[in-house]
Amino acid sequence: MSEEQIKNLEIQFNARIERDEKIEPKDWMPEKYRKTHIRQMSQHAHSEIVGMLPEGNWISRAPSLRRKVALLAKVQDEAGHGLYLYSATETLGISREEMYEQLHTGKAKYSSIFNYPTLTWADMGAIGWLVDGAAIINQVPLCNTSYGPYARAMIRVCKEESFHQRQGFEIMMKLANGTSEQKDLAQDALNRWWWPSLMMLGPKDEESVHTEQSMKWKLKRKSNDDLRQQFIDQTVPQADLIGLTIPDPELKWNKERGSYDFGPINWDEFWQVVKGHGPCNKERMKARVGAWKEGEWVRDAAIAYAEKQANKNFNKAV
Amino acid sequence: MKKNWPLWEVFVRSKNGLEHRHFGSLHAADAEMALENARDVYTRRNEGVSIWVAESKNITASNPLNNGELFEPAQDKVYRHPTFYDLPDDIKHM
Repeated sequence: MSEEQIKNLEIQFNARIERDEKIEPKDWMPEKYRKTHIRQMSQHAHSEIVGMLPEGNWISRAPSLRRKVALLAKVQDEAGHGLYLYSATETLGISREEMYEQLHTGKAKYSSIFNYPTLTWADMGAIGWLVDGAAIINQVPLCNTSYGPYARAMIRVCKEESFHQRQGFEIMMKLANGTSEQKDLAQDALNRWWWPSLMMLGPKDEESVHTEQSMKWKLKRKSNDDLRQQFIDQTVPQADLIGLTIPDPELKWNKERGSYDFGPINWDEFWQVVKGHGPCNKERMKARVGAWKEGEWVRDAAIAYAEKQANKNFNKAV
Repeated sequence: MKKNWPLWEVFVRSKNGLEHRHFGSLHAADAEMALENARDVYTRRNEGVSIWVAESKNITASNPLNNGELFEPAQDKVYRHPTFYDLPDDIKHM
């Protein structure tokens, strides 16, 4: 195709998105659209998969059967979300194995929030309430994104995500209303997860390199700073409700803006964790790569069994 | 060469009376495993009463680049629609 033809196709393509038409896998798309979607969607899938690890830590130590079945179901949902997203990404022409390879070699990123440790049971509450809360804010606008398979996966994910946040908040509420020791656990978890949750919504707008293009493709509907403000405004009253204190001395209601003002975010910490120097980056990758390697014989055995059965049926038929 | 689990397309009937609808895809070693995985991945909350799985390579799809010759011929066949026919305004039951 000549450059001019490609240019024409691109103009038509952008007009389709402008008209809110969806792009489907076999439609023509600019190479950059494909690459950007592979990057963002696989990163999203990886985050769901790695996101199971910090919580998996507490399944066997949940304080009651009720908490245990709920946490188990939540972690299973995350596996499911990872799978929806991986298969949606595969429609763009990348194989599952290639994506795993990128994750395992560190070429692909996942959400840096999962590189923080889960030290107490209260962390299960804080993760559900804050991390899933921030994730919902990020994900709801994606239900309307331009790439059909991604939008459909996100609709399913968002439907399931609200249970995650509610189970987390309920854990926090129970602890906050418990003994003084329990309340301390809840406050300590909030103190540790608050700032990383704010960072999770992405770098400041002026440092976010992909925003403009992503907005055009509806891969992003609101800027990182707007999402962050929305998260703070809706979370602060929830903390007040259960008597916990947001660990930010500069947090103050701004009547004029109708929003909370908040203190500076430690972006050095954010970039350190993104670059692999967070408290648990190595541990997470070790667990993930280990699981993949240890599962290899199972995958091979399943293929061998499937082939044997297929041959058996074939011989019968002959 | 190392063999990977093939890709399967999953179709779910949400309730009797409705058709099966495409829900997504997954990898599995064989059809039985594809069904079981589909149960866990796509119907954790009673989303279905019946599942079909078909290996993706067995599905033949039309190419959107050929949409013109494939679908446009239907556009000039307005006589296939009831509104094409001129009838008196006061006619009933038609």
